[in-house]
Amino acid sequence: MTAAVQPAAVADPARRVRWGWLFWAAVGVVALSVLAALTVRWIAPYEPSAQNLVDSGQGPSGQHWLGTDQLGRDIFSRLLAGARTGLIGPLVVAIGAGFIGTALGLWTGYAGGAVDSVVMRTIDLMYAVPPLLVAIVVVGLFGGGYWLAVGVLIVLSAPGDVRIVRAAVMAQRELPYVAAARTVGVGPLRIAVRHVLPNVTPTVVANVLLQFVVGLIALSGLAFLGLGVEAGSPDWGLMVAENRGILDLNPWAVIGPAVCISLLAIAVTVIGDRVYEVLSQRTAAR
Amino acid sequence: MTLTAYALRRIAAILIILAVLSLLVFGLLALMPGDPALTLLGPKASTPEALAAVRERFGLNDPFLTQYARWVGNAVRGDFGESIYSGDAVTTLIADRVGVTAWLAVYALVLTVLVAVPLGLAAGTRTGSRTDRAATAVSLITLSAPTFAVGFLLIYVFAVKLDLFPSFGAGDGFFDTLWHMTLPAVTLAAGQTAVLLRQTRAATMDVAERDFVTFARARAISSGRIRQRYLLRNASLPVLTSAGLLLAYGLTGAVLVENVFALQGLGTLLVRSVAQLDLPVVQGLAMFTALLVLLTNLVVDLLYFALDPRLRRAAVAS
Repeated sequence: MTAAVQPAAVADPARRVRWGWLFWAAVGVVALSVLAALTVRWIAPYEPSAQNLVDSGQGPSGQHWLGTDQLGRDIFSRLLAGARTGLIGPLVVAIGAGFIGTALGLWTGYAGGAVDSVVMRTIDLMYAVPPLLVAIVVVGLFGGGYWLAVGVLIVLSAPGDVRIVRAAVMAQRELPYVAAARTVGVGPLRIAVRHVLPNVTPTVVANVLLQFVVGLIALSGLAFLGLGVEAGSPDWGLMVAENRGILDLNPWAVIGPAVCISLLAIAVTVIGDRVYEVLSQRTAAR
Repeated sequence: MTLTAYALRRIAAILIILAVLSLLVFGLLALMPGDPALTLLGPKASTPEALAAVRERFGLNDPFLTQYARWVGNAVRGDFGESIYSGDAVTTLIADRVGVTAWLAVYALVLTVLVAVPLGLAAGTRTGSRTDRAATAVSLITLSAPTFAVGFLLIYVFAVKLDLFPSFGAGDGFFDTLWHMTLPAVTLAAGQTAVLLRQTRAATMDVAERDFVTFARARAISSGRIRQRYLLRNASLPVLTSAGLLLAYGLTGAVLVENVFALQGLGTLLVRSVAQLDLPVVQGLAMFTALLVLLTNLVVDLLYFALDPRLRRAAVAS
């Protein structure tokens, strides 16, 4: 999946960049998720894994705002708790892949030559197999838990980052400021990190946010297939799978987590799009 | 370079990639934690005699490269071994289920192209218009929402509430299958449409600013004709690339979609085989998928020549 990478509009210094209401709404969604993940212990009306077989499979009521699942666990409390695996895994995937991708992208894009060929051919190979399939096979066969899934996704997501950062770096490499720095004797590593990196920051930041979305969709997809997160733990993807049988009894048990994943993913995509536009306008304005 | 030489070079590259992948796929068996014989023996009783028999039968006492050579030798002849669970040949299992997945992937691709290409053209020719903003907003949502979430939302609305479509099964005969496959195909198409729409829009925007389009307008050529003969034709290469990737990656989406709608396709076969540690099936599926992705890309690249006379002339001239 590709981000909407549009050419940066020429910045008009007279007009300040506006973030827009959609951006702030998206920030609100992410902030609420973070808040839920941090405070679920105190604010959840029920213990997320507490079973109550008498009240199982109920629709929404005054006691259980979004009803209960087959084991009588409170859906609303589990949705709050689900924010934890919904945020932490994708965050680690995004930062890990972003770090590897940026480092390799800077290196291959700036240095070129043999390193570039080896890295790029390896990446071509990785593109031959759809990443989610690899994740399913590796996580499933090796019986790994959540963190193995996160690790596999970092490795599988990094090539995309390498490509995007490399392309951005190669465009920068030809600009006069790089030649100027070289002329006054600045070393290649310093040029890459201190001079080129700040100029490709919009690309890197937008891409890390995009990888968060990809990580969230992949991890919840794996969880939906019963891979990654531990059985019974409150995870949005896993909840969809566990409660699919009671779609007619309590639709919220399935729709709730599905909406949570979608909302968080859409919010982060919106933030990524806006951050890229605004940051690249600022970089261009400098 | 002539067209044939180009095709041959691409096929050689595909064979190399398949060779490297086969080593990785076969290496899975060696990398698996625990005794491969125990894995291969699967859920059946594992007495020492049975283990020894399995080692003998699968040649697990041979060096790794000998085992690999034997596996490749069989695979080239279309023999990927048997499922350790059901005993059926892997090729038979795949052949039995490929139909459902192909139905799903092609149906979804048809829906995707029918929606995304006209909408992308409209959005790209009039950027900033109401159509453009609506298309961008919808694509943002369907791109970010996970496939299985979309699937259950559709099931809830169209199968549980409205009772218009079945929520599971593949159906018999063409029209019944079409009816059964509609919700799964729409689910798969939702995410794909967003990708193709964005590509079509970007490609159209790129072409729409060229001089020849302005000139065509100046000659009072109708906008419909400009769209078909000038914009669509010139924007078709990136659109085609994107559509090809979608078809190849459709298998990934199919894993989740088939799971949501309980369809007996390749995706559910993969998930089941992984859960049962049915290694021969997983290896067969992995090679089959890779071959499918690589061949789709090849066909797309060759279609470039059919679509773009400039490329054809360049190929003949050099």
